[in-house]
Amino acid sequence: MSNPLLEIRNVTMKFGGVTAIDNLSFKVPSDAIYGLIGPNGAGKTTIFNIITGNYQPTEGTVVFDGEDITGTKPHKVVAKGIARTFQNIRLFKSMSVLQNILIGFHDQIPYTYLEAVLRLPRYHGYERRIRAEAIGILEEFGIADYAENNATALSYGNQRKVEIARALATKPKLLLLDEPAAGMNPSETEDLSNIIHKIKKDYDLTILLIEHDMKFVNAMCDTVTVLDYGEKIFEGPPAEAIVNEKVVAAYLGDFTHA
Amino acid sequence: MKNAIVKLLLILLTLGFIAWANQTLDSYTLSILNNIGIFAILALSYNLINGVTGQFSLEPNGFVAIGAYFAALFLIPSSDKIDMFALVDPAPIILQMQASFLPAILIGGIAATLIALLLSFPVFRVRGDYLAIVTLGFGFIIRIFALNSPAYTNGAMGLNDIPEVANFMWIGTIALITLIVMLHIVYSKYGRAMKAVRDDEDAATAMGINTFRIKTVAFMTSAFFEGIGGGLLASFLTTITPDQFSFLLTFQLLIIIVLGGLGSMTGALLATILVMGSMEWLRFLDDDMVIFGMHTGAHPGMRMVVFAILLIVMMLFARKGLFGDREIHEIIRDKFKKKGKV
Repeated sequence: MSNPLLEIRNVTMKFGGVTAIDNLSFKVPSDAIYGLIGPNGAGKTTIFNIITGNYQPTEGTVVFDGEDITGTKPHKVVAKGIARTFQNIRLFKSMSVLQNILIGFHDQIPYTYLEAVLRLPRYHGYERRIRAEAIGILEEFGIADYAENNATALSYGNQRKVEIARALATKPKLLLLDEPAAGMNPSETEDLSNIIHKIKKDYDLTILLIEHDMKFVNAMCDTVTVLDYGEKIFEGPPAEAIVNEKVVAAYLGDFTHA
Repeated sequence: MKNAIVKLLLILLTLGFIAWANQTLDSYTLSILNNIGIFAILALSYNLINGVTGQFSLEPNGFVAIGAYFAALFLIPSSDKIDMFALVDPAPIILQMQASFLPAILIGGIAATLIALLLSFPVFRVRGDYLAIVTLGFGFIIRIFALNSPAYTNGAMGLNDIPEVANFMWIGTIALITLIVMLHIVYSKYGRAMKAVRDDEDAATAMGINTFRIKTVAFMTSAFFEGIGGGLLASFLTTITPDQFSFLLTFQLLIIIVLGGLGSMTGALLATILVMGSMEWLRFLDDDMVIFGMHTGAHPGMRMVVFAILLIVMMLFARKGLFGDREIHEIIRDKFKKKGKV
């Protein structure tokens, strides 16, 4: 197995007296689609927030691409190559679909404030280039027709796509998807899983995703880690997870001692 | 290319109008235009931090005061200062401050910018209502400082006999430059990032935007042009006192940018013309009027009542202001743009 792209080492996260994550370790190999599952409140999104730098873990380290990124500021984590989507879609609601994607290019545009104010040649060059690139990404997702529509006017499934497309614009190596299939009907889910496979190949991505839809997880992920009350209770292929006693007990309750 | 030509034509046309107006119009009309020009500068720059970046800041009166005082102190000849400072002798540094018009105005803007930089560290640690309260406090501090430092500001007596250099040529041109600069910012990666911060700060961070830095940049840019506007105001009015820079000034600007549509630069410009213009045009309401042969008697302040009613009506029927958060050419272009059917 190649070197892990992301490694969570003995991470513990406490909010006051509550231990949200308890001494958790796992490795996401590069080129994998890795699943993070578990019942509500198990600490999945907390892990995302630790990776992206929104939370500073109480203990433990996050290693990305061989570099300790624990406690790095969120906007710098993006520059290192980690992009995320949110559990509840958070598009920039006053903007068009295209503008939403353009925001993702923010860090890759080198022109200065003065160059923008004076409209020097570099401004025009980069604006033209990223616009073309953004349209390219939208075409990949099959939503280029909506480029000029207001982002929030799109259907739920398409808004999801815009959010993922926006994350892709930051040129990540690792993409964190927080419940990408939530609220989608079966055909939308299938459409989404095709797109995720496609962008993974085209953009050479590693994907870490949180999901409840086990059918989706089964179809997508190579490996899953199952969390319950902040602890890892299982790690392995998804097909084994759904028959694992502990996992079933975490989701449905433990019938043997009932 | 076509856009560039249209833009150039509009700029030349506006400059032509400014030069023509400055030459031919009478001083009363020009004073209205000057007022509009100065408030346009202030409203446009306030709109950048409050409308585009969405930071509910109530600071403009503070920065306008800084710009006005700095410019005034640099413009008044040193020999006049000794006579003018009646309460205490002016501080030695005040006597040394001396510059011609354009440098004096720029110094006012730069002073405001530097203070904005210092202020941004405490200010952008808080969001929303708290931000409003902190920046409101800043305006009060500046005013109270001006009142209580007679060696620097001549206290409550203020500064007068400021050389009247600012004519409509200066004010109109600087207002035009402000509008162009603001639009250029809005349509760059910085403007997009500012709007992203306004729409959803956490999502903006997740896109790799350093939100603190973007807010600071917007704040400093606003402060710069508010300082410039303050300097022009000082030179236009020829006299300034601390009470001119009370919260009412900020409030007036807030009315203008809300009316124009928060985040719309062209909206702010149009709203400035409407608000500042109607303050003058409604003046007849204050006078004695004859309705059906009956004299109403003079009611000073009547126009403010009518003005308030007009504002209420406006807000009832156009809640997002005149142009919403978009520019006038976007609204026009949008009519022809191809959109996908959702």
